[in-house]
Amino acid sequence: MTTVLRRLRSELFPTRGDGLLSIALLSLLALAGVGFLRWAFFQAQWLVIRANATLFAVGRYPAEQQWRLWLLVGLLAAATGLSWGVLRSHPRRDRTGRLWPRNDRVAVAVLVLAGLWGPWALGLPLHLQARWWGLLALLLLIRWLAGRHGRRLGPRGLRLVALIWPVLYLSGMVLISGGLGLVAVPPSEWGGLLLTLVEASFAILLCFPLGVLLALGRRSDLPLLRWGSVVYIEFIRGAPLITLLFLGQNILGFLLPGGLAPDRVWRAAWVLTFFAAAYLAEAVRAGLAAVPRGQFEAARSLGLSYPQALGKVVLPQAMRVALPAMVGQFISLLQDTTLLSLIGLMELLGTARTVMANPAFLGKNAEVYLTLAVLFWCCCAALGLGSRALERRLDPQTIPSAS
Amino acid sequence: MALRRSLLWPLTALLAVQLAGCAPEGGSGGVQSQKLATITGRGKLICGVDGKLPGFSFVGSDGQYSGLDVDVCKAVAAALFGDPGKVEYRDLNSSERFAALASGEVDLLSRNTTMTLSRDAAGGNGLSFAPTTFYDGQGVMTPANSGVKTLKDLAGKPICVESGTTTELNLADRMRELGVPYTPLKFQTGDQTYAAYLGGRCVAVTSDRSQLAAKRTSFPSPDQHILLPDVMSKEPLTPATVNADPAWADAVRWTVYGLMQAEELGITKANVAAKLAEAKANKNLADLRRFLGVEGDFGKQLGLPSDFVVRAVTAVGNYGEIFDRNVGPGSKLKLDRGVNRQWKDGGLIYSPPFR
Amino acid sequence: MGPEKQPVAGDVTPWWRDRRVLPWVVQGVVGLLVLLLIAFLLGNLVRNLTAAGLLLSWRWLNQPAGFDISETLLPFDAGMPYWRGLAAGLVNTVRAVLTGLVGATALGTLAGMASFSRNGLLRGIARVYVEVIRNIPLLLQLVFWYFVVFLALPNGAAAIQLPGLVLAKSGLYLAGFGEGLRWTVPHLVNGVWQAPLRLSVEFGALLTGLIIYSAAFIAEVVRGGIAAVPKGQWEAASSLGFGWLATLRWIVLPQALRVIVPGLNTQYISLAKNSSLAVAVGYTDLYSVAETTLNQTGRAVEVYLILLGVYLGLDLLISLVMNGVNQLVQIRER
Repeated sequence: MTTVLRRLRSELFPTRGDGLLSIALLSLLALAGVGFLRWAFFQAQWLVIRANATLFAVGRYPAEQQWRLWLLVGLLAAATGLSWGVLRSHPRRDRTGRLWPRNDRVAVAVLVLAGLWGPWALGLPLHLQARWWGLLALLLLIRWLAGRHGRRLGPRGLRLVALIWPVLYLSGMVLISGGLGLVAVPPSEWGGLLLTLVEASFAILLCFPLGVLLALGRRSDLPLLRWGSVVYIEFIRGAPLITLLFLGQNILGFLLPGGLAPDRVWRAAWVLTFFAAAYLAEAVRAGLAAVPRGQFEAARSLGLSYPQALGKVVLPQAMRVALPAMVGQFISLLQDTTLLSLIGLMELLGTARTVMANPAFLGKNAEVYLTLAVLFWCCCAALGLGSRALERRLDPQTIPSAS
Repeated sequence: MALRRSLLWPLTALLAVQLAGCAPEGGSGGVQSQKLATITGRGKLICGVDGKLPGFSFVGSDGQYSGLDVDVCKAVAAALFGDPGKVEYRDLNSSERFAALASGEVDLLSRNTTMTLSRDAAGGNGLSFAPTTFYDGQGVMTPANSGVKTLKDLAGKPICVESGTTTELNLADRMRELGVPYTPLKFQTGDQTYAAYLGGRCVAVTSDRSQLAAKRTSFPSPDQHILLPDVMSKEPLTPATVNADPAWADAVRWTVYGLMQAEELGITKANVAAKLAEAKANKNLADLRRFLGVEGDFGKQLGLPSDFVVRAVTAVGNYGEIFDRNVGPGSKLKLDRGVNRQWKDGGLIYSPPFR
Repeated sequence: MGPEKQPVAGDVTPWWRDRRVLPWVVQGVVGLLVLLLIAFLLGNLVRNLTAAGLLLSWRWLNQPAGFDISETLLPFDAGMPYWRGLAAGLVNTVRAVLTGLVGATALGTLAGMASFSRNGLLRGIARVYVEVIRNIPLLLQLVFWYFVVFLALPNGAAAIQLPGLVLAKSGLYLAGFGEGLRWTVPHLVNGVWQAPLRLSVEFGALLTGLIIYSAAFIAEVVRGGIAAVPKGQWEAASSLGFGWLATLRWIVLPQALRVIVPGLNTQYISLAKNSSLAVAVGYTDLYSVAETTLNQTGRAVEVYLILLGVYLGLDLLISLVMNGVNQLVQIRER
């Protein structure tokens, strides 16, 4: 107890001036906190979120096809549980000697709390609430099972588990858009969080190889490739995203023969991809620069071909260095999807604007924007946390733990 | 049938592309339209709408589009496919709508767009306008307690306006004429414009009078906002297609005329089937038979099915029904028909003869 | 280079394995493909534009614009030509970017320095500020500031009055030197605020959003820069009797600047580009005017060319200035 007090004292009141500052800051914080809570609980009308929860989640996705999205969420929960459990069953110690994954129990607790409280707070009908709880239970069950039996998986098993994700992504796209016997749901009917995630994940996945190629091009000895990459990267980085998005929407139709231009949702996704690739290329370039040239030369002198030396020796090291910057780019890409609302796509912010134009919910700006802010914050913060965890996992100093 | 169509359309499209440069062949009802081929091949119509304007085009909490502009899209889709649901709506803001139409992004622009010379002219925006579906005029709305009685009272005050509209230009012209300085506050979309007005940022908001009335119904207390008596301009709100494809423009034009003619002939959504049966039974009703496609080849001349009028009216009703349901007595807007009455009642809605 | 075989007479390397030829073949093929693609796209563009009657032309720039712009530094009215409107928009953009740069740098430096404070609370607040702001999209923050905060400001006598600053819905009023170089504070005249300096709430919202967002990133840059200065420098300074602030100001920051300035360059450029989001809060910047122009004239390609060119120019300008600054702050070896 006394140590806590002493710690508090040294943190808040190291000198007299600091003490006064602390008191002022504390009272300001308390004032703002009380004001906010009073607003949130007594003045704000959260009905605008509850009544439009479906619109915010999936947009105008046809109701009779929404079971496909539920199935997808179920598969996601299962895959998450599996990967989580397997990771847990192969603990490692990082260089500070702490076990990874850290804060495992805290994560479970947060998840359980959010999973139980979220559906209830949204005022969903009971059967939908029950569905979310079922999904949560599924995730935790699989995590537990995989955690118990995960050690039995050999390296091949681990690779299989990792392979689940690309397979899941592809089948997820099929589930969302239709095909293979499913009724097609055109992209114009996707919306809300669904559209935001589809656009962001598509762009993140595709900008990655493109960015690596551009980075290699920029470091290449061949002048044509180098200058081509430089021009592309600098041109894209010099233009505001919104002009590029409008360009994609308005000019692409002129650039391609009639009717060949992709749907505007995919068009925006491609613009995001090409945009993000230029920034990613710079992150990867920094990573490449950090790998000593000797590594490449050593690999070549060992008889590896150029692509082999690049793919097996140089790139893995460069990626590890570039990881934080790359994830930073992914986070800003996720945030940049809000700009799609300016070109009339119904992603989260676009949906919000439609909802707020609805006579019944006029002027409920604060509630809607705040909810969106929390949602985005959670997504971005989760990406950031994930990246830091991955960084520790990939740290060559991290050693498999016996325990 | 579906298979045959799916095999045929790339060929048709290809053919259309090849022929686009040549002079169109005159003759027996063969219609060369790249756009029509594209649309039928695609199996749905892509319609550019506003999406946030109650009464004209609006997405409800159920996720469905409704409104007068939307019903025009539905009527054209029904005329083409017999199914008003075969429409994909694109929400366009006022500043991207023409580019979207010009680049082929949308087939039809049904987005409370004013017909003007420069928009119609080949050297301007190069649009081709269908018949006007709503005759409107630009008005100004202010809070009842603002003390503003005429435009001159707005001197030095901020006025909210949607950017890239004729409204914006009319406002500038009118205020210059009156010699009244003012501050235009421009927003990309209507919802932001009205949000700023309701937020008290502007003393007045200007737009088409119907739009102002429509928006007013959605305000928390509609009776606290008044429309100034000044009408700044004529605003014939009209669906549009591109100049480059006259055949497609004709198809849209006559589908809309069909809705108007149906009202004139007393054909409604409810009795269209009965009227059709009557026309089929009675060979003496030549006018009706031609109009409903029982005889003659009007549909074929336009590149549409022969019963396109029947399909459109079955889907959305005649013009009067569309008006009543969306903006008239049957809606929240409760707008008067005014000049949008049939010509027989002294209005401007007038369909040329179907002959 | 791979293991090389001794060339033997008669053993001619085939051209597809010749390390001297291969790179040029690769480049040639890639270059040809790119050229073909560009030719294809341009060909389509010209054909489609001709069909739409919109072939490239710049004559429209001299025609009267017909629309008004509120809040311009460069005088503009509806009778002036389009190019003048675009210029007025550019001046507005530059105004927002410059004020944004100054504000974001100040706030960001403060926040970055705060994360090295002895006061734990201050450190915590700085941390939370950075983590919260960086993870929320700028556009969302901008519309929040405008529609939720600034449009909720009271008007007239009820306006929020701070010393030398009045926040009202009709604008933000700042004290300054008024007529005859007299210090004037905002005052009410017939229910309307008067002050030497008035900013519209649109500009205010844009500036607030840009500054708070960019400052969070700048804070990280500053923090990284300070963290790169060896800890011994702090200890040495304090043993010489320097206080915390004095150490930071005179010892640490000058060294940290070497690391900070290149990072700032990136942040400044993204601030300049982010200023185009002004269109969402009703501030008439270059992008907003360009969009109106595009719509009134239908000249999409020309307007985009202008936009891309101008923003590229702005970015280059910032880079140029920052490179100069960078050379100033580098340690000069003696």
